[in-house]
Amino acid sequence: MQTLMSRALDLAQSHGAQYADIRLVENRTESMQVKNGVVESLNFSDSMGFGVRVLVNGAWGFSSSLYLTEEEIDRVTKQAMEIGRASGLVHGEKVDLGPPVASRGTYLTPVAIDPFTISLEERLGVLLAADAEMARVQGVRVRQSNLVIIREKKWFANTESAYTEQTIIETGGGIVATAVGDGEVQSRSYPNSFGRQQVTGGWEVVLKWDLPGNSERIGREAVALLSAEPCPADTTTTVILGGDQVALQVHESCGHPIELDRVFGSEAAYAGTSFLTTEKLGSFRYGSEVVNITADSVRPLGLGTFGWDDEGVPAQSTPIVQNGDFVGYLMSRETASKLSMASNGCMRASSWNRIPLIRMTNVSLEPGEWDLEDLIADTDQGIYMMTNRSWSIDDRRYNFQFGTEMGYEISKGKLGRMLRNCTYTGITPEFWNSCDAICNQVHWTMWGTPNCGKGQPSQIAHTGHGAAPARFRNVRVGVYRQ
Amino acid sequence: MLGRKKAGDICKEVFRRAKNDPAEVLLFSEAQNLTRFANNHIHQNVAERNVTLIMRLLRGKRIGLATTNRLDAEGLDRLVERARANAEVSPEDPDYPGLPEPADYPAVQGFDQHTADYSPQDRAKAVGELCRQTLEKGLNGSGLFSTGASEIAIANTRGVFAYHVSSNADFQILVAAEDSSGREQGSGWQVSKIPVESLGQLAIKKAQDGKNPRNINSGEYTVVLTPYATEDILNMLNYYGMGAQAVLEARSWMCDRIGEKVMSDLVDIWDDGVDSAGVPTPFDFEGVPKRRVNIVEKGVVKGPVFDRITATKMGEDTTGHALPPTMRSFGPIATNLFMSSGASSAEEMIKSTKRGLYISRFWYTRLVHPRDCVITGMTRDGVFLIENGELTYPVKDLRFTQSYVEALAEVESVSNETRLLMSEFGGQATRVPGLKISKFTFTGLTV
Repeated sequence: MQTLMSRALDLAQSHGAQYADIRLVENRTESMQVKNGVVESLNFSDSMGFGVRVLVNGAWGFSSSLYLTEEEIDRVTKQAMEIGRASGLVHGEKVDLGPPVASRGTYLTPVAIDPFTISLEERLGVLLAADAEMARVQGVRVRQSNLVIIREKKWFANTESAYTEQTIIETGGGIVATAVGDGEVQSRSYPNSFGRQQVTGGWEVVLKWDLPGNSERIGREAVALLSAEPCPADTTTTVILGGDQVALQVHESCGHPIELDRVFGSEAAYAGTSFLTTEKLGSFRYGSEVVNITADSVRPLGLGTFGWDDEGVPAQSTPIVQNGDFVGYLMSRETASKLSMASNGCMRASSWNRIPLIRMTNVSLEPGEWDLEDLIADTDQGIYMMTNRSWSIDDRRYNFQFGTEMGYEISKGKLGRMLRNCTYTGITPEFWNSCDAICNQVHWTMWGTPNCGKGQPSQIAHTGHGAAPARFRNVRVGVYRQ
Repeated sequence: MLGRKKAGDICKEVFRRAKNDPAEVLLFSEAQNLTRFANNHIHQNVAERNVTLIMRLLRGKRIGLATTNRLDAEGLDRLVERARANAEVSPEDPDYPGLPEPADYPAVQGFDQHTADYSPQDRAKAVGELCRQTLEKGLNGSGLFSTGASEIAIANTRGVFAYHVSSNADFQILVAAEDSSGREQGSGWQVSKIPVESLGQLAIKKAQDGKNPRNINSGEYTVVLTPYATEDILNMLNYYGMGAQAVLEARSWMCDRIGEKVMSDLVDIWDDGVDSAGVPTPFDFEGVPKRRVNIVEKGVVKGPVFDRITATKMGEDTTGHALPPTMRSFGPIATNLFMSSGASSAEEMIKSTKRGLYISRFWYTRLVHPRDCVITGMTRDGVFLIENGELTYPVKDLRFTQSYVEALAEVESVSNETRLLMSEFGGQATRVPGLKISKFTFTGLTV
């Protein structure tokens, strides 16, 4: 492997590249999906290839291929150089990568039980058992369950003498029950919505989630939602968000706007820009005193946990919001150098055929001090909303509107009626400044978002978000007529 | 590109390893190139070559899948071994109707060598000229220019062999000023037919016209939509209800509406996989020929598109809209949508509006409620107030929360021009007009 990689780097340098790197990636994904008792998809997927990134006269070029041969290494490297030279025809400031990166070493995701050692029969058995449990609930129309395990081996080398080898192991799974009646469609998901919860870890997490043991409850909740009261229409109230919903709120309203490439306009034509412009760094009140947000690539289970990013920068932890103050970005070598800073290791590519972009690692809301029961008891009137159903936010990440699968009325410190079709909306800094309480470590979970889209061509990243339930005041809810 | 023969040979190599097991191979091959620019210069510039094989192997009624991009002997051995292993542990699948029979496919034109060969220098030249102009005007140009070619081959052990090669090109430009932006897009399978220069000029003009936007109240407005906004309406109606699986699972907006007139007389929507006015592919991902499907006719909902599984379940014929077997849970989907043009120019639609909003584009749209296809999202890249038939001033972006079914019930007029647009998620192209809609609900403002 190293020989092929060196060949690309040597060739790039001999053709005038001032910098080059190469990534070889071998991805093995095993996924299974069951719907209404039928195994709809049982798929083993292999993908392998390499990408060569070069800097020529201060401009980037990149090319990639599936064929791991010396001839193809040469063709792809030369093509990357040609593309880099074409980029230079419409150049901006010459790219400055800052100090060299010469990381060396190996990394392996720690797992208690390697998921690839679990037999297919046992994995399918979990899903079929969960399906059978959901089937016991009268009124559930569609039962879905899925498991996915991923092993990605990645080799990275650059012309600054970095050489790293990593093996990242991910395990994910989930169940969804959908009930239908009288023009209503209501779904409940577990452990998380949009298919599954996912972490860097092994089979031990599937055992902990106990999908079959939660299936009947999920089914019952979906059916109950059909006859639940609708979310109060267009009113302002206190909202307590479940940890799963807080995780997505962090992802959309903090994680994306702190991507420094967005701030500098790299994504303007597609994903948009950011309201967190550089003059705000260190001087902007992002949230209330209780709000502390960290970006890290070292926490256990996080989908953003690894040894080095795809520029070879070591995993690390960065404060983003400290006691409400905005203090940090997600950065690459190129963007960090524009602020005379060093990269904090956030460049990640979704596969061998994509360039690394600044992506969230694990962007987490740090736990507070509240027990959830005490927080509800401390709330006179409001709504407890959990598990995301829809999400939308503007291109500078100010105006958002989210919907959740389920809600409960809070009245005089107690949970009351179940509520369906809950939505809430707000403006990001106003919302986070209205946060007055966050639950403690007991309620804090490392949630996984395995479907984060960015870039053209499209890249789907896997990001982590630690979060616990949190309370927000004066929130507009029930935007849509019921 | 592999070419028809090489693609066929790879499929045969897989079947040889499958021995007597019935099997199907879906082969995707692509050579794609994409130049991306921002801040008036090229900042990302990439190329990709890949070939993916998806195998479906049957052991009686048991089905196993495997996917690989390893085309060497070892890779193909492992592909078949894994598909077979998966089939052996799978329970019997009562819904799968078996492999389809061979069929004839209409010849469609969707490949242009010039587009496939378009070079990074060609793309840089076009991008560079526009960036020079935006820079001169004190504006910020960004966007992409992609060109490439792809092949799809589908073969099965019953004798199906379908092969299609296509080219693709997409140009997107967003021009931004301090507090405004304009965006345009052109797509197709012939790069020479994309009017890059004029699209750039339109984006520049809109960014300039949109400066100093004002706040207005949210609420109900008449809207004049560009084709970009119409495309979002069609795509969302497609994802959330134009496929038979969504109807079967009672989550489609079509449920209880098939045969009913629920949209304006002016609304005709159909899917046609062989019309070269779109980006055609003559067969679906099982190798079944695509049929034209009228989805909405003069406002009447006619019905969804089918694959063989949903057609069998619902006692219908397949329309040739299967997705790859790895995406079976989603069910069939329309991939070549068209909406009919009308009689009005965009100017006439504005002129006939007493008070309303001209909307350039919707952004980050998501489903709020499935059965009415209620969508929330933002406006983006140019909103203008219309008063007494004229654009009076630009306004700040708004959030809307609106049933797209009900929106199409309120269509007053349809533009006489359509635009072909590639989907954000690739592979799907939609040809759409602009629309004037009498009632559209905006529910929030942004900063």
